[in-house]
Amino acid sequence: MTDLEIVIKEWPRLASGFGNTVLLFGVSSVGAFLLGAHMVGPLRSRSKIVRVALHSYVDGMRMLPFLIFVYLLYYGLPSFGVKLDAWTAGLLGLTIYHCAYVTEILRGAWDQLPTGQTESAQAHGYHGFRLMRRIILPQLVLNSAPVLGNQLIYILKDTSFLMIITVQDLTYAASSIQSMYFVPLEPFLIAMALYWAISLLIERLVRVVQGTAKVRGLGRA
Amino acid sequence: MLLDGAWTTIWISLIAIVCGVPLGFGLSLIRVRRVPVLSQIVALYVSLGRATPLVTLALFLFVTLPVFGINIDKYTAGVVALTLNTASFNTEVWRSAYLAFPQSQIEAARAMGMKRGLYFRRIMLPQMWYAALPSLVNEMTLLIKASPAIAVIGVVDLTRVTNRIAAQTYEPLPPILIAGAMYILFISVLVRLQRRLEKRAERYAT
Repeated sequence: MTDLEIVIKEWPRLASGFGNTVLLFGVSSVGAFLLGAHMVGPLRSRSKIVRVALHSYVDGMRMLPFLIFVYLLYYGLPSFGVKLDAWTAGLLGLTIYHCAYVTEILRGAWDQLPTGQTESAQAHGYHGFRLMRRIILPQLVLNSAPVLGNQLIYILKDTSFLMIITVQDLTYAASSIQSMYFVPLEPFLIAMALYWAISLLIERLVRVVQGTAKVRGLGRA
Repeated sequence: MLLDGAWTTIWISLIAIVCGVPLGFGLSLIRVRRVPVLSQIVALYVSLGRATPLVTLALFLFVTLPVFGINIDKYTAGVVALTLNTASFNTEVWRSAYLAFPQSQIEAARAMGMKRGLYFRRIMLPQMWYAALPSLVNEMTLLIKASPAIAVIGVVDLTRVTNRIAAQTYEPLPPILIAGAMYILFISVLVRLQRRLEKRAERYAT
C-alpha cells in the first residue's frame, strides 16, 4: 500500500477528527461571542465590584496560555470534587477563555462609539437589552470584524491543544494515523490544508461583513 | 523542577523571537518589493503559517523532517516550529510598518539626492522599527501563550512540567497554579513593555 492509499483507507478517522474540530470550533465560537456580548455591558456597570471582577477575569485570561487554563479545568478541578471529561473541559475551556478576548475586542470597539448616539437612542426609548441588540452590538460587530475574525482563527488553532487532554480532534487523527502506519507526511499535510481552508473561509466571512459595514457607513478601512 | 520548566520555556521562546523578528523582516521586504515568484511564495507561507496550529506544526516537523534525512531533536523541532509560526506574523507586522511609512519623507530624501539603500537604512528603518516594535512585542506575548504546544513532542516546558510534578505528588492543582502565575508574570512584563513602547512610538510619530 502506498502512503496515499493508507490515508484514503483511514479517511473516516481524519473526517471524524475534522468533524470534532469543526464542532469544537463552532460551538465555542458561538458561545464565546454570546457570552462576550453579554459581558461588555456590565463592564461599564456602576457597581465597582462587578467592574473589578469582570476586568480581572478578562485581563487574567489574556495573560494565561490556553493550555494552562485547560489544565486547570481538566486536572485542577477534580481537587474540588468537580470531574469533567475531556470534551466538556475542552469546550468549557475554549468558550470561557476566548470569551474574555471577545469581550475585550467589543469593549475596544465600544470605546470608539460616540456617546451622543447612545443618549439619543435612549431618548427614543431604547433601553437595556433592546438598546444593546438593536443599536450598540451591530455597530460593535461591524466595526471590529477584522479583529473578531482574527480571534476566530485563534479559537480554531487552540482547538488543537485539546488533543493533549485526549480530545480526538483533527490533529489527533493525523497524529494517530501517522503513528499507526508510519506515514509521516500526508496526514499532517491534509490536516494543515483543512485548517487553512477553514481560516480562508473565516477571512472570506470577514470581507463580507466588512462590505456590509461599508454600505452602512461603518468600519475603519 | 518548575524553574527548569520555566527556563526551557524562556530560552526556547527567546531563540524563536531572536530568529523570527529578522526573518519576518526579510520576508516582508520580499513582499513589499514584489520580488516575482518569491513574493507569492511568502504570501502563501504567511497565510498558511497564520492558519496552522502550533501543535500540528510541531508534530509535523518532528515526525516528517527525519524522513527527508534531516535528523532533528525535539528541542530543535520546537524552536523551528515556534520560529516559523512567529515569523509569519512578524512578516505582516513589518509589512504594515513599511506600507504605513509616509511617502512624503521618501520623496524628500530622494530630493536630497539620497540613494535607495541609504534612505532605507538611515530614514525608513529607524522609524519602521519604532512603529513596529509594539506589535512585535504583542506577537511575543502570543508566542509565549502558544509555546505550551511544543509539549506534544515531548519538550518539558513550564506547562508540561506540571504533569510530571503531579505524577509524583498526586496534587495537580498547586503546580498548575504556580505555572500559571509564572506565565502571568512573564506576559505582564511584556505587556507593560508594549505599553511603554506604544507611548514612545506615538511621541515619535507626531
